[in-house]
Amino acid sequence: MRELLYRHAIREALDEELGRDENVVLMGEEIAQYNGAYKVTEGLWEKWGCKRVVDTPISEAGFIGMGIGASMLGIRPVMELMFWSFHSVAFDQLVNNAANVRYMSGGLCNCPIVMRGPANGGTSVGATHSHCPEGLFAAFPGLKVCSPATPADVKGLLKTAIRDNDPVYVMENTLLYGTKGPVPDPAEGDHLVPLGKADIKRVGSDLSLIAHGRSVLRALEAAETLQAEHGINCEVLDLRSIRPLDQQAIIDTVMKTNRAVIVDESKPFCGVSSQITTLIQEHAFDHLDAPVKRVCALDAPAIYSPHIEDEQLPNPRRIIEQVLTIA
Amino acid sequence: MMDSPASLLDFSQSKINQSLTNDDKIQLFREMVRIRRFEQTALKYYNKGMMGGFLHLYIGQESVAVGTISLCGENDHVITAYRCHGHALAVGMEMNPCMAELFGKVTGAAKGKGGSMHLFAPDKNFWGGHGIVAGQTPLGLGLAYGLKYKELEGCCLCYLGDGAVNQGAFHESLNLAALFELPVVYIIENNGYSMGTSQHRSSSYKDCLGQRAEAYDMDWDLVNGEDLYEVRAKTHIAMERARKESKPTVLEIATYRYYGHSVADANAKKYRTPEEIEKYKTYHDPTRLWRRRLIEEAVFTDVEADAIDREAKREADASAVFAEQSPAPSVESIFDDVYWETDNNTEAGNTGRHFFND
Repeated sequence: MRELLYRHAIREALDEELGRDENVVLMGEEIAQYNGAYKVTEGLWEKWGCKRVVDTPISEAGFIGMGIGASMLGIRPVMELMFWSFHSVAFDQLVNNAANVRYMSGGLCNCPIVMRGPANGGTSVGATHSHCPEGLFAAFPGLKVCSPATPADVKGLLKTAIRDNDPVYVMENTLLYGTKGPVPDPAEGDHLVPLGKADIKRVGSDLSLIAHGRSVLRALEAAETLQAEHGINCEVLDLRSIRPLDQQAIIDTVMKTNRAVIVDESKPFCGVSSQITTLIQEHAFDHLDAPVKRVCALDAPAIYSPHIEDEQLPNPRRIIEQVLTIA
Repeated sequence: MMDSPASLLDFSQSKINQSLTNDDKIQLFREMVRIRRFEQTALKYYNKGMMGGFLHLYIGQESVAVGTISLCGENDHVITAYRCHGHALAVGMEMNPCMAELFGKVTGAAKGKGGSMHLFAPDKNFWGGHGIVAGQTPLGLGLAYGLKYKELEGCCLCYLGDGAVNQGAFHESLNLAALFELPVVYIIENNGYSMGTSQHRSSSYKDCLGQRAEAYDMDWDLVNGEDLYEVRAKTHIAMERARKESKPTVLEIATYRYYGHSVADANAKKYRTPEEIEKYKTYHDPTRLWRRRLIEEAVFTDVEADAIDREAKREADASAVFAEQSPAPSVESIFDDVYWETDNNTEAGNTGRHFFND
């Protein structure tokens, strides 16, 4: 199968959806003439023009609210946050208007928007630019959240998100933009990945590593070391989608291996990992041979120092350390 | 704004007002008294403990919603903040679903899910009803964006209070409106108080709030809200600018509310004098002034005006009975209207877990 960079898989998804539906509009800061802060949208403005690919001023509350309003009239805005960390200046629009407008209107309105952009630490940009808010937004009923780890998944999930009739927040990762992976050729048909479907990225029998986003790649790396050096055969379950969540896949893998470690780049307090842990104890308690463990970002604001930044994140060393406490 | 001077110009002679038939003028009166009677009835039942939450009454401001919305055509859209009952009735929503929504009943416009601050009627181009101060201003921009994108000749009337002009979202919206040349008309309903804080204590400005539009190279105008003719004449100019030239406008309409910010406003008669409220009711009440004007114009008689008022009161009373007798929503319905995909039982709506109870 042909290989694509993660950023090019996103671009291909956007390009295909712009071609499929004339109501799809890309909006964001520097996405058009500048070709995107991370070159994700490179060439799309040149191809589709000013009506379909729109540069906005640095006014996240203004342009995101504008996209929400336009979506109520049937436009399908796909809006980029240069960093998901900038969600805080548009929070009212993201959680009060996008998440609630359908409910408050008794189902009379709907809000088919997509918000996308990178949400990750690990690039030495300090605490203000390193937030991982997938758990935060998944906590608002009315919103959907996904966090794809591979080029194929990001393409398929983004296309699904654009076609979905609810607001979908896609959390990417600047450290994944340059990674490569197989992506089905468009000639073979539409490549769609459903929301709410997890994916087993490594089959194993001894312990389940449950992760999303870049943590999936780090879990896979840890799994290889654990196999080679400790003879522990880990299964790696990639959640892909946070809300809706593939609860059955989580329960199935735990029932198979009887041990689970959740790997989650967001903070431990009330994060995605807390929710998964709760579900496991509730639905697979009798199948557990050990307590559920978590490897999250260390519980402090993201540190700048490139010397130790990776130690704050769930890296393979920290994953292995946790696995060895229960396996 | 209680001391607004009597207009020097006679706006009844403007073209858009000359086109009004006697029936049209009577209809404008009917809509204003319907709003007033609806609000008075809502207050009565709120005070009886029949409703939850807040009740932001529109009494005193009726000319603004009625005058501006009377100019709307097929492709014109309306969105406002939480003081939304007047706009809801002016766009043509019936009293029954509005009152039932206030009562939190399943027959409400939003099935009891939105409440007083969140009335919606997309079929009448009415997009709410929004609870956060200025939170609706980017949404109004988006409705205008949608119209322009679809190449429809229309505009969006986006209402806000004088307290909302100091929110960042509004300023971002003004910049985007002018920058993208969007057909939106921002209507500041200036009733003089952002909750309990007077305009002078909450806003820094040179001559008036609408003038801030100048900083964004945008047209603006100041309107005397007690004169329905003036409201229509000046709003018409702004709407035509939006429809024909795709240019935004800020209108500041001077008006007044008789009651507190909401009925729960304990200090409603402390941050302003009883004399101030009385003076407005006596000399500046838009409904009373319009009635007098129509009698002077021999459009109708006192007796006919009274009959219209009585009919409005009957309609409002009946809506309260309807609301009171309607059933409450079921607990199961809490999970409806959260996601389009689950409501419509689609494949996406059936894939993965959407709700996390128990």
